[in-house]
Amino acid sequence: MKTTYNVNEKGFYGEFGGAFVPEMLYPNVEALRQQYLTISNEPSFQDEFKALLRDYVGRPTPLYYAKRLSEQFGAKIYLKREDLCHTGAHKINNTIGQILLAKRLGKTRIIAETGAGQHGVATATVCALMGLQCIVYMGAVDIQRQAPNVARMKMLGAEVRAAVSGSKTLKDATNEAIRDWISNPEDTFYIIGSVVGPHPYPDMVARFQSVISAEIQQQLLEKESRQNPDYVIACVGGGSNAAGAFYHFLEEEKVKLIAVEAAGKGIYSGESAATSALGKMGIIHGSKTLLMQTQDGQITEPYSISAGLDYPGIGPLHAHLFQTRRAEFIAVTDKEAMQAGIALAQTEGIIPAIETAHAFAVLEQKKFRPEDIVVINLSGRGDKDLNTYTNYFDL
Amino acid sequence: MNRIQQQLSAKNKILSIYFTVGFTKLNDTKSLIEELARNKVDVIEIGLPFSDPLADGPTIQSSSMQALQNGMTTTLLFEQLKDIRNTVDIPLIIMGYFNPMLQFGIENFLKACRQTGIDGLIIPDLPLEIYLSDYKKLFDSYGIQMIFLITPQTSEERIRLIDDNSNAFIYMVSSAGVTGSKDQFEENQLQFFERIARMNLKNQQLIGFGISNKITFQQAIKYQKGAIIGSSFIQFISKNKISDIKNFINNIL
Repeated sequence: MKTTYNVNEKGFYGEFGGAFVPEMLYPNVEALRQQYLTISNEPSFQDEFKALLRDYVGRPTPLYYAKRLSEQFGAKIYLKREDLCHTGAHKINNTIGQILLAKRLGKTRIIAETGAGQHGVATATVCALMGLQCIVYMGAVDIQRQAPNVARMKMLGAEVRAAVSGSKTLKDATNEAIRDWISNPEDTFYIIGSVVGPHPYPDMVARFQSVISAEIQQQLLEKESRQNPDYVIACVGGGSNAAGAFYHFLEEEKVKLIAVEAAGKGIYSGESAATSALGKMGIIHGSKTLLMQTQDGQITEPYSISAGLDYPGIGPLHAHLFQTRRAEFIAVTDKEAMQAGIALAQTEGIIPAIETAHAFAVLEQKKFRPEDIVVINLSGRGDKDLNTYTNYFDL
Repeated sequence: MNRIQQQLSAKNKILSIYFTVGFTKLNDTKSLIEELARNKVDVIEIGLPFSDPLADGPTIQSSSMQALQNGMTTTLLFEQLKDIRNTVDIPLIIMGYFNPMLQFGIENFLKACRQTGIDGLIIPDLPLEIYLSDYKKLFDSYGIQMIFLITPQTSEERIRLIDDNSNAFIYMVSSAGVTGSKDQFEENQLQFFERIARMNLKNQQLIGFGISNKITFQQAIKYQKGAIIGSSFIQFISKNKISDIKNFINNIL
């Protein structure tokens, strides 16, 4: 495969990526780098991975033609229903892959970070499935705003540890998970939930999520007699659902990729998480990428109404897609996202996660031709966000 | 021999102290360094605060937060250190994370180190491979020493590679974990110290992470040239005056 947009052999996407980890993490990250492709390409791994995705996760997820939405916006709009995955979001595609790797590496203790709690739930789920100990780090603020997912993790047998430093959100939960890994290098596997972190994580997570775009191609072929849509739209926090939805289209330059970031209360309001607009190149969580920071190189606190997009960086793949202009980056405010969320609920009968609602807000901003095939990755369902929705709209 | 090597070969044991600049007060830097040097400290590690210090435990995390809230910046640090070589002649090392240095500009940072008389850098999240391929030449051209960490999990082959590429000392992380204090070292840690001592490395080693008192310091210098104290000094300075530093040092030596 060409690697114009994908990772190179040194773990970089253009000038982004790499593994900027302290020596304490070097042996673990290096062992993973040496083995992730070999292990995940073994037929026995692939068989187990695919069987679990089919029978446990419920794949393939439907590619649904949204008739009313299509009429409203004047294009052929398809929704990739990742919200129908077991546990309610795309996150489980990746945790299934990583837990199988962890088992083959002989690890017995699993740690994870979580923002909205979807990755935490997906990790707790696969740990229960495999009988492994699970500890999830979650920002104290997110524990408050995503209470249903905290309860689910606990019911699944995971321990949820509050991150109380910094803004007490996803960035800080990730710091705590990394510190845990530094302190437990022998028995612990760190299941990162997005296409962030040191190489090989961004590539590994993108590969496990790439099932999304592989299915889109196959399903479009059945429905439209063509493999490639005109547009693929996905929201980006760290960027795992977007990486999965874009993956098989990266080198198909005719497919327009749209990455939707959280503008919070407005890109320049001081309360935003729109990294591509506000970030500069820097190092966060072991990766060189675009990053929201002060002039002095201190990482700044992001803000978004959606916990899953509340992150001051983006995965190095996305930084590269932004820099090369392969993907268009659009920032959507809290307000626009919330309105798109309730509109989807009342047009198609689907309540999306607030993260996902950001992707739908793009429909109001883009002009499409009637024959355009637009695929929106419906990355997660909104059950966890009912409180935020009902309070916001006073329902 | 550079200043770090001279100091390490001149003394039979080395006490190195780490502190976070800008903590507890923004402009304590110069008087802290002078007071440490006056009180038999052999090497000083000047901690440049970072918002997200991945390798640090709660004590250094909170001192870093406080320092940033006080207004500490890289530019200010070099201003504070401008005349430090008029009064202090022991080795001075800056320990900091890579991102603030990257934003300052690596070459600018090295230039400022040379101008102020900084001898070396410890950058926990700049890995050996990237240092060698991208930065070593630049460090060498400014005469700034890079100091690498090793841990009980670091392979012998990698330790040799680090030794070959160091001209100061090797920073031994006493156990798997982030920075913080311990009352005494355990058997497996002492075995690690002994194993490294027997490797006959070209560079001396200093032990850090977990040194807090006379017992841990004595355990460390039984095997290595010396030790680095960070968290426990930060805790001390948060409750005591700079003029009390001699009490802290007397409790260690």
